[in-house]
Amino acid sequence: MIEEKFDAIVVGAGMAGNAAALTLAQRGLKVLQLERGEYSGSKNVQGAILYADMLEKLIPDFREDAPLERHLVEQRFWMMDDRSHTGLHYRSDDFNEEKPNRYTIIRAQFDKWFSQKVREAGATVLCETTVTELAQDAYGKVIGVRTDRADGEIHADVVVLAEGVNGLLGTRAGLRKRPTPDKVALAVKEMHFLPRETIEARFNLKGDEGMVIEAAGTISRGMTGMGFIYANKECISLGIGCLVADFQRTGETPYGLLDRFKRHPSVAPLIEGSEVKEYAAHLIPEGGFKAIPQLYGEGWVVVGDAAQLNNAIHREGSNLAMTSGRIAAEAIFQVKSRKDPMTAENLALYKKMLDESFVIKDLKKYKDMPALMHTQSQNFFLTYPELVSKAMQNFLRVDGTPKVEKEKTTFKSFIKARSWSGLFGDAFRLARAWR
Amino acid sequence: MSIEPSVRVEDKLFYNRYLVDAGRAHIKVRPHTTPSPELLSMLKACPARCYELNGNGQVEITVDGCIECGTCRVICEESGDIEWSYPRGGYGVLFKFG
Repeated sequence: MIEEKFDAIVVGAGMAGNAAALTLAQRGLKVLQLERGEYSGSKNVQGAILYADMLEKLIPDFREDAPLERHLVEQRFWMMDDRSHTGLHYRSDDFNEEKPNRYTIIRAQFDKWFSQKVREAGATVLCETTVTELAQDAYGKVIGVRTDRADGEIHADVVVLAEGVNGLLGTRAGLRKRPTPDKVALAVKEMHFLPRETIEARFNLKGDEGMVIEAAGTISRGMTGMGFIYANKECISLGIGCLVADFQRTGETPYGLLDRFKRHPSVAPLIEGSEVKEYAAHLIPEGGFKAIPQLYGEGWVVVGDAAQLNNAIHREGSNLAMTSGRIAAEAIFQVKSRKDPMTAENLALYKKMLDESFVIKDLKKYKDMPALMHTQSQNFFLTYPELVSKAMQNFLRVDGTPKVEKEKTTFKSFIKARSWSGLFGDAFRLARAWR
Repeated sequence: MSIEPSVRVEDKLFYNRYLVDAGRAHIKVRPHTTPSPELLSMLKACPARCYELNGNGQVEITVDGCIECGTCRVICEESGDIEWSYPRGGYGVLFKFG
């Protein structure tokens, strides 16, 4: 047993765990961070887009040495059917600024850098150590953790659970429920390597400019899901994810879905000739506001994906992770500064501070969206993309048909597929959930 | 409609690095005579195709190619069909890019 007692133990070295450990160490607390991978990042999977604002709050000058890929100057949204896509592209030279707002990153490399900052701030980081359970006293108060190292019980005043979307410890200790198949998506991703110039030519980029494509439609075969294509410096991250419950219901395979997406006529030319160097899979919290579990208790707090903090609509997760990790650490620091014990009553400060931040405000705004997307998945991911594609093609194809008739055809196809009440109902439900 | 080329997951897993903890499977399937619907769904839902049907119609798991996503835990742990733990520290999939 490690005799030393710590002010805080942070379980996990992803975005949330690193943000928490860094903040705690910066405030002078004695911190132990435990990570099961061989280094921070070796078990972490994300698209990935990094949001500068949330990282600046932790490491203001991160641009000096962080391993960043490309700063984003363009975002493309694609609504896809089997042979086409209807796109909305936004590109602005304003994004070519001194301090860009969003970057693509490669998590294994980025997290390794982030972890170095955590060590430099004074935290003890112990890798290749799997925490197997929480140590609790007779009253259920969390007093530390047990690990897979020999005699591995370690004590601390508070444990920060940053164990990720599939965290076992909180569930094993009865602090929160295991996520259900309708509340998490399974995403699979490949890393496609190409020469830098090829990527820049294919995506219309110069220097370190970057772009991302978020795609939805028939690629998810009627399931609730999305595809993505992110340009890095010398590789493309390409993936697709759908709700686990939908995979379970339909019997679709994740790799089958990924390969169809890759073969789509709009996608195939972008990755042609690439060399794949990794295949990864990861769960993504999709339950939104209503899926957030109890966030604190006697001697513990939970942050990041483990707390299901993910904005499915804006595809934001890592920034909610970083922010919740930082806020939890600040709350712990405040309790500690007052020389108060790490009780549930005192740690409630974390939830109060999180409620006041963009994290909970954003999730609350879209609280009805996950259920709507799930129950209406056939319409939103199959019917509408096909209708839009037909409408666009009808609009663009010049074949001597009078425009009045063309419009009638398009109009009728919508009514036939969804009926008047269906169309109005969908518009109403979408607007209400977005509000 | 074109015929779907079959996707070989084994080829995909070949890109990855693993440190296999021989003899210590981190996921275990509960012995059964007839698999539950949850367990059967893993034959398709597992992104690394770790789950296979044996000659007797039972579901078996080989964890060597597991990418530790947790999908089977979400689907099958509740019903007691599987026991799910993370591999020991340092073992399992080692992502180069993540």
